[in-house]
Amino acid sequence: MAYRLGVDVGGTFTDLLLVHERSGKTWSAKVPSTPADQSIGVVNGMMRVCEYAGIDPATILHVMHGTTVATNTVLTGTGAKCGLVTTKGYRQVLQIARSFVPGGLGGWVIYNKSLPLAPLACTIEADERVSAKGDIVHALDEEQLRVALRELKSKNIEALTVSLINSFANDTHEKRIRDIAGEELPEIPVSLSSEVVPEMQEYERTVTTVANSYVRPRVAKYVRSLKSKLSIKGEDVKLHILRSDGGLASAKASEEFPVNMLMSGPAGGVTGAVWVALQSGFPNLLTVDVGGTSTDVALIQNGEPRLRRETTVGDVTVRASSVDIRTVGAGGGSIAHVPDLTKALRVGPQSAGADPGPAAYNRGGTEPTVTDANIVLGYMPEGQKLGGDMVLDRALSAQAVKKIADALKLSQKDAALGIYNIVNENMVGALRLVSVEQGYDPRDYALIAFGGAGPLHANALSRLLGSWPAIIPPGPGVLCALGDATTAVRDERARTYVRKFAETSAKEVAKILRTLAADAAESLEREGVPKSEMRTSWQVDLRYHGQGLRLAVDFDIKDLEKQGLKAVSAKFDAEHKRLFTFALSLEHELVTLRATVQGKSVSLKRPDLARGGTDPKAAATGKQKVYMDGKDLTATVYDRRKLRAGNRIKGPAIVVEMDSTSVILPKHHGVVDKVGCILIYPDGYKPARKAKR
Amino acid sequence: MPARIIQRNSKAFRKVKVDTVTIDIIESALRNARFEMDTVLFRTAMSPGIREQHDEFPMIANVEGKMVVGQFGSFIWGFMQGYDGTIEEGDIFLTNDPYSVRGAISHANDWLMLMPIYKQKRLIAWSAMFGHMTDVGGKVPGSLPTDARQIYEEGVRTPPVKIYKGGQLQEDILNILLHNCRLPHWNLSDFNAITAALRTAGLRCIEIAERFGDDVLYSAMHAMLERNKRAMRELIRRTVPETKQHFEDYICDDGLNMGPYRIACSMWREGDKCIFDFAGTDPQSISSINFLLNEEMFKMFAGVYMIMVFDPQILFNDGFYDLMEVRIPPGTLLKPLKPAALSCRTHALGRIFDVLGGLLGQGNPQFMCAAGFSDSPHFMYSGYDRNGDWYQLYQISFGGIPGKPFGDGPDGHSLWPSFTNVPNEFLESYFPLRIDIYETIADSGGAGKNRGGNGLRIGYRFLEPGEISIHDDRWLTYPWGVNGGLPGARSRKTLMRADGTQQLLESKLDRVKVEAGDLLLSDTWGGGGCGDPLEREVEKVCFDVEAGLVTIGGARRYGVVIREDGSVDHAATAALRAKMATERGPVKLFDRGFDSVEELKARCKAETGLEPPTQPQFTKWTRRLTEERKKAVGVA
Repeated sequence: MAYRLGVDVGGTFTDLLLVHERSGKTWSAKVPSTPADQSIGVVNGMMRVCEYAGIDPATILHVMHGTTVATNTVLTGTGAKCGLVTTKGYRQVLQIARSFVPGGLGGWVIYNKSLPLAPLACTIEADERVSAKGDIVHALDEEQLRVALRELKSKNIEALTVSLINSFANDTHEKRIRDIAGEELPEIPVSLSSEVVPEMQEYERTVTTVANSYVRPRVAKYVRSLKSKLSIKGEDVKLHILRSDGGLASAKASEEFPVNMLMSGPAGGVTGAVWVALQSGFPNLLTVDVGGTSTDVALIQNGEPRLRRETTVGDVTVRASSVDIRTVGAGGGSIAHVPDLTKALRVGPQSAGADPGPAAYNRGGTEPTVTDANIVLGYMPEGQKLGGDMVLDRALSAQAVKKIADALKLSQKDAALGIYNIVNENMVGALRLVSVEQGYDPRDYALIAFGGAGPLHANALSRLLGSWPAIIPPGPGVLCALGDATTAVRDERARTYVRKFAETSAKEVAKILRTLAADAAESLEREGVPKSEMRTSWQVDLRYHGQGLRLAVDFDIKDLEKQGLKAVSAKFDAEHKRLFTFALSLEHELVTLRATVQGKSVSLKRPDLARGGTDPKAAATGKQKVYMDGKDLTATVYDRRKLRAGNRIKGPAIVVEMDSTSVILPKHHGVVDKVGCILIYPDGYKPARKAKR
Repeated sequence: MPARIIQRNSKAFRKVKVDTVTIDIIESALRNARFEMDTVLFRTAMSPGIREQHDEFPMIANVEGKMVVGQFGSFIWGFMQGYDGTIEEGDIFLTNDPYSVRGAISHANDWLMLMPIYKQKRLIAWSAMFGHMTDVGGKVPGSLPTDARQIYEEGVRTPPVKIYKGGQLQEDILNILLHNCRLPHWNLSDFNAITAALRTAGLRCIEIAERFGDDVLYSAMHAMLERNKRAMRELIRRTVPETKQHFEDYICDDGLNMGPYRIACSMWREGDKCIFDFAGTDPQSISSINFLLNEEMFKMFAGVYMIMVFDPQILFNDGFYDLMEVRIPPGTLLKPLKPAALSCRTHALGRIFDVLGGLLGQGNPQFMCAAGFSDSPHFMYSGYDRNGDWYQLYQISFGGIPGKPFGDGPDGHSLWPSFTNVPNEFLESYFPLRIDIYETIADSGGAGKNRGGNGLRIGYRFLEPGEISIHDDRWLTYPWGVNGGLPGARSRKTLMRADGTQQLLESKLDRVKVEAGDLLLSDTWGGGGCGDPLEREVEKVCFDVEAGLVTIGGARRYGVVIREDGSVDHAATAALRAKMATERGPVKLFDRGFDSVEELKARCKAETGLEPPTQPQFTKWTRRLTEERKKAVGVA
């Protein structure tokens, strides 16, 4: 009897989902998080959920875990003191940072650059040189390096990064430096740029590898501590950490390459949302995760999240694959204000955060937030509590919103509605980034909203984008753990291979790809994934020779072997045309070759919600005065736990559950489906209208 | 005859009342559309100048042609006055002639494209964008000949033409242009990319109009302009004094060993109106350093600078144009008469920002930034490689951002929005060179309470024989410091030949032959310091020394004494600071690093190794100037 456990550690709660692998039966639990050492909360939760299921914790074989340890290390600036070795002449590569100054014309006036993750005082140069083609121009001066490394040692660095020019083409010197560092600084973990991200572009490769070093000691400590606590009775439980790209990495891989875990937490949410939406029959969707200070959005095509070759946390952007999640500084705690000079209404990006939080929290916050606007509008009814037991002070919300009303000479309700509309618009801005800007029409997608405040805005966002239905999943909190538990183990191998088509052949490319795949498969095998369950997917990044962009093209390797390189170039041309309205007749150029191998994901069964009639009145608990679309209306309030499959809720309505509130606007209705999702549509909605391009 | 707009539906727009929130929503939607134009362009353009360095400027304008979102201000009105023809649905206009659009673009490398946006047969808005082409033909690779005397030497030019007519590409015209360029496939790809960006903006405007209604979009755009005007009126009232402020700065030379050239400007306020008068600016140059400055564009620069310094929240657009008046005397460096050469206008364009800083700062010294990296120095390298293939690189370099009231200036960064360097590994993969050195120059940033950024040193190692061009400045005059801050270091270019000889290069040069193995050390200049260096925290000075951004010797400019082992001698520091404060006296508002041009020239050779430039010779345009002035005041 084998079980797997999905674990998501949030700021307040740790959510767990236990799955029986063969039957797909599940149990879930929620325990308080333990921020000082998150692993304690995880173990508490594991005990709790095993108790519910009546099983011995030792029967859990796999633990899948989304963690925010790496993210928080970057955000709080509490990573390791990093040493850096560069090629001679490149010591300031992070200081120069591609010379980029954010903001428009004159943006430099207010730009204060943050310090590099590896201090210049701890950066040394190696006297060596490799050419762009990988030839050694100038051999490594080992004696000089040893002297410099000893100097670094005296500065008490905790991690070391080696990032040399053109090491993507030849890693000999980087490897040699690791060996020498092993002798000079035996206790210090070393990250090589040629291993972490073997791709062209010296700044991006360096900053990524340094970020890896920066979070490495903390992540490694956490993972080891968790692994030892989970290994009950000496059984070696297989711990997997969710990567930013939605795949799973072994505990060992996550210790060595933690830069791939920077978006581990949000990726879990997206994966969970996808799983739920698939149960409801929606493979194409926009996901919206509304938190206190920000909103994360992503686009899902055919049940697969779109990936991008970049991860951003705070002001650090690294070259690591992640689910293409865009974040906008708009959440429940975002503060509304009216600048003196323009008299415009702005919402965010400043946020009241969790402390002091919105005015309604009565913790000293007096600035009007989005949550306060929602309260004034009546969207969070009397008696509604947040995260269990916090009571909202409605009078304080009204007071705060009045500031905006006075500044704009509006009624309080209109000011609140203004805040609600503007924050929705800001969220739409992020949704456009992942949809229209990538050439996808949002009208072809459903929208799923989760996170504490997501269901308050779902209906309004769908209306702005024409994305129907708006899906409110059951128990928005446990989504992440669900995502963790249902993810397949996967590994990816990539290599930069910049060649014009004329300079290589399909045979050569296929050969490299098959080698990459074999490497990935071997690593998966060590994770206990049987060969028979492995599935390999193939991808190359292509561009027109001389072009800066690169587009990832998925293909079947057999097509490549049969039809030659045009099997991928034809796909590239089509994609280029879709995105930019034109294709060119220039020579194609390969940039990166990539093979991804993944194991089977567990199929779990979700207990279907009991069926009821269309009338939801058994779940109705009262009435609530609300202000929607500029009108005073009376909404019916429903208890989500009492809703049954088939219920049809007419808007205006408010659906209440423990940690979340859903709004259904007038002229819209919500249908409860068999898995417990509420699907919101406009009245008289005709589905399957193929949006025109 | 001005252009005629043809629309089958000429129903007038109705001005309707739009609530604040809707205006805000339309404002963010238009801003998103403008950034989407960038995204589309960067992803599909092919020249490194546009693609990696982002030398391009998008804009969306209302039906009257006023810029609602963008950066460089609108030129559509000027275009309409100068274009004798019709404007119809599906048309896209192209020009690269500065003289045809009153300087909306300022040299032929910038291809400007303009598209009227129609919805249901009616003009509702405009989108426009220009980008810098790596080459437009002419006498030198890169099309920026330092020694050009007339614009005819600076490559192929087209007046405004319909490059798309009713949606149809006019291939003949495009082919003529491409035929004259050295890298036609880059021009073509960048042209396609700009077209795609314009169409994206068009699509978004139509979507916004569909969502809110044409009249609402029309009225909201007006409201955005009005809102900006209100804010700027307030800003001008608060920050521009009624007494005349005057400031001058220089272009060091013209590439013909004459210089420096003076740019002078006075600023004052009359009621709500802010007036800029460039009287006192030197006459136009006979070489190509002239900058045809569009008055509207200058207003935008001034407005943006004020907004950034005093209130960065304000969205800038054309709304405030009535509140400024710009007077540029014809026949000067900033309003040269046709056919003056214009290609190397980058120095004057950049220097305008230093002049603005100096002008606006005098009334509000606490907000004043130092002078800095006010230029885009160019480096070009071209030739035939060992296979006989043509290679041609055009690169913009960066330097020290000025010290500013809000903090230090970053080292080796860009003053231009969203510009980035081209990754060196990319350069080495595609061009026959190696970048052996890529670092900032210790002590090149001006000392100050807030330090100026260091200049950038790039060591180019050439792997094939070829020719290089250098277009740089600030080798003679310094980037000045403010409020006690010291000037930043000058630029310098040294060619170290493979045969062991060394050669100092002048700041502006074309067709310098290089051989395989030669190394060019290209040093740009530092930013000026801001505030009294003796007030800079000792810890910050130590941090910079440990980082290698300031040397132990350089720390003494801050009055900080650091021992060989890196520790601070606090007693010696206190003594040195006291001594320096006494000797120096009260801090200067501006520190230019020289007293007079004559004095500066006298020590030029000793300090820079280069001969000082001679007094510029100017052409007399008496008759033509009289005509220009008549035109300016509307006399027939």
